[in-house]
Amino acid sequence: MTDSAQTIAVPEAPPRAWRWPRSSGPIVRFCRRKPLGAIGAVIIVMLLTMAIFADRIAPYSYDESIARMKPPSARFWMGTDNLGRDIWSRVVYGARISVTVGFATVALANLLAVAIGVSSAYLGGSYDIAIQRVVDAWISFPALVIVLSLLAALGPGLLNLILALSIIGAAGASRVIRGATLGIMQNPYVEAARAIGAGHGRILMRYVLPNIMATIIILATIGLGAVILAESALSFLGLGVPPPYPSWGGMLSGSGRTFMYHAPWMALFPGAAISLAVFGFNMLGDALRDVLDPRLRGGSGSPAR
Amino acid sequence: MRHYVLRRLLVAVPSLLIASFIVFTLPRLVPGDVVQLMLEEKAYGKDLEELRAKLGLDRPIPIQYAAWLASIGRGHLGESLWTRQPVLTELGRRLPVTLTLGTMALTVAVLIGVPVGVIAAARPDGALDFVMRSGAIFGLSVPSFVQAIVIILLPAIWWGWTPMTRFVEFSRDPLTHVLQFVIPAVILGIASAASIMRLTRGLLLEVLRQDYVRTAWAKGVGERAIVLKHALKNAIIPVVTVLGLQVAQIAGGSVIIEQVFSLPGMGQLLVESIFQRDYPVIQGINLIIVTIIVITNLGVDLLYAVVDPRIRY
Repeated sequence: MTDSAQTIAVPEAPPRAWRWPRSSGPIVRFCRRKPLGAIGAVIIVMLLTMAIFADRIAPYSYDESIARMKPPSARFWMGTDNLGRDIWSRVVYGARISVTVGFATVALANLLAVAIGVSSAYLGGSYDIAIQRVVDAWISFPALVIVLSLLAALGPGLLNLILALSIIGAAGASRVIRGATLGIMQNPYVEAARAIGAGHGRILMRYVLPNIMATIIILATIGLGAVILAESALSFLGLGVPPPYPSWGGMLSGSGRTFMYHAPWMALFPGAAISLAVFGFNMLGDALRDVLDPRLRGGSGSPAR
Repeated sequence: MRHYVLRRLLVAVPSLLIASFIVFTLPRLVPGDVVQLMLEEKAYGKDLEELRAKLGLDRPIPIQYAAWLASIGRGHLGESLWTRQPVLTELGRRLPVTLTLGTMALTVAVLIGVPVGVIAAARPDGALDFVMRSGAIFGLSVPSFVQAIVIILLPAIWWGWTPMTRFVEFSRDPLTHVLQFVIPAVILGIASAASIMRLTRGLLLEVLRQDYVRTAWAKGVGERAIVLKHALKNAIIPVVTVLGLQVAQIAGGSVIIEQVFSLPGMGQLLVESIFQRDYPVIQGINLIIVTIIVITNLGVDLLYAVVDPRIRY
C-alpha cells in the first residue's frame, strides 16, 4: 500500500543472457564454487526421483494397512502410522504432491508474473502506475491470509490450492521481473532494434525475454521452496489435498499430532522431508542467484509460513 | 512534518476502503454454500431461500457490502452466521492473544536479527558469521509448525515432559499467561529474525565498504564506534521497511502457530471460520489484519524520519 514496501533491489543493468550449459565444465565449476548449491541440487534430484518413480520406490502402497504404530525398523524404515500404513511409502508418495503443486504453481505464477511485470515495464505510463498500486496492495497483505480466504471461497483441493498459491506468488515475482525488464529496456540494443523497425513482439521475444531468463530461473527456484512450504502449511491446516492421499503437511496434522507422543516417527519424518526439500530449493536458488545475477541479493523471506 | 502526517493519513483511508472491498468480496466469490452447509449439517430452518433471506445473503453483493460498511461505521462487524454472536465480541476476546503473540514474536525477531546481523557483518566469513548464516538458512527452511512439533516432542521423548495445552487466562495467573507465549513467540519470530539478520548483514557489509567509513578508520576511530555509530545508522533504514513487511509475515504465521499451540487467538478463529464459511467472522478478521498492516505501513513511513534525519517531508 506504500511505495516504500519494496525490498528487492532493481537491477540497473541487464543480467547476462542465460543459456543452457553446453558441456559439463560449467556444472563442475558450479559445484566447486557453490558446494551448498550443489547439495541443494542433489536433494532436488532425489525429490524428483521419488516423485516420478514413487510406485517403484515405495515398498507398499500409500493407503495399504499392514501393521499399526510400529517403530522404525528394517522392514518399515520410518515406522507405521495409527492406521497401519508404512510412513516411508507415504513420504515417497507425498513427494508427488509437493512436486506437482510446486512445479504447477511456479509455472503458473511465473507466467502471470512475466505477463504483468514485462507489460508493466514495457508499456509504462499510467498502466504501469495502476498495475503497480494493485501489486503494492497485494504484496502488503499476509500471503497466508489471502490464500486462506481464497480457499474459503474456492474450497480445498489440489487445483484450487495451485490456483490460490500462484496468484500469491505472481505478485511478488512480477515486481522483480518488472525491475529486470526496465533494466533491459535501457540498453542501446533495444533502441537499435526499435530503430531498425522491429515490432513489439520481436523486441520482447528476441531481446527482452532471453535477457530476463536468468531472473526468471532464480525466481522459480526460490519460489519452488516457498510453494512447497506453503503447500505443507495449508495441508497442515487441513486445507490442502484431501486424505487418504498423503501430503507431508497433512501427515503432520491430525493423527500425526494426536499420536506423536506415542509414535514420534509419525510426525518427525514428514517434517524432515518438508524441511529437506525446502532447504534444497533455497540452497540451489541462493547459489544460482549468486552465480547468475548477484544483484538480486536481498533479505527476502518466503511468502507463507 | 505535520502536513506529511496528515497527507499520509488521508492516503491510508482509500487503501483501507479498497482493502475492505477485497476482504468483503473474496470469500463471496462462490456464494450460497454456507446456507447449503447449514441446512445439511445443522438443519437450521427448512427452506433454503428462507434461511438465506434471514441471514441477509439474498441481497446483491454491492448492497450487502454497503450495509456492512454502514454497520462498521456504527461500530458493528455483524454476527457470526453460526453462533449468532456479534463478531466484535468474539474478536475482542481473540485479538489480545494474537497481539501478545505477534508483539513478542516481532521483539524476538528484532532482538535476534539485528545484533546477530551486525556481529556477522563485523567479521565476515568468520566462524560466527558462518554459524549464524547456517542458522538463518535453517530458520528459513524448517517450517514453523515442524519447529514447533520438534520443540514439543523432544522434551516429551527425552524427559517425559509435555507442555500444557490448556490456555491460561491473564486474570487467573499472569505469570503463566505470559510464559505460555514464550515458545510460540520465539518460533514465530525465528523466521523473521533470519530475514532481518541476512538483510542487516548484507546492508552493513555494503556500507562498511564506503569511503567515509575508510576515512573514519584512517582517523583512528574505534571499531565499535565505526560499526555501531557510523555504519549501522545508514544500514538500518531498509531494515525498517522490512520490519513493516515482517508484521504481515508474522500475522500470517500466527495462524499456524496458534493452531499448533492451541492458543485461542484470531488465527485459530480464522481457520475455524473458513471451515464453516462464516463470512462475517472471516471479513471481520481480515479487516482487522488489513487495518493493522495499513497502520504498520504508516508507522514505518513515519519512522523513516526518525531513523534517517536526511528525510524531510
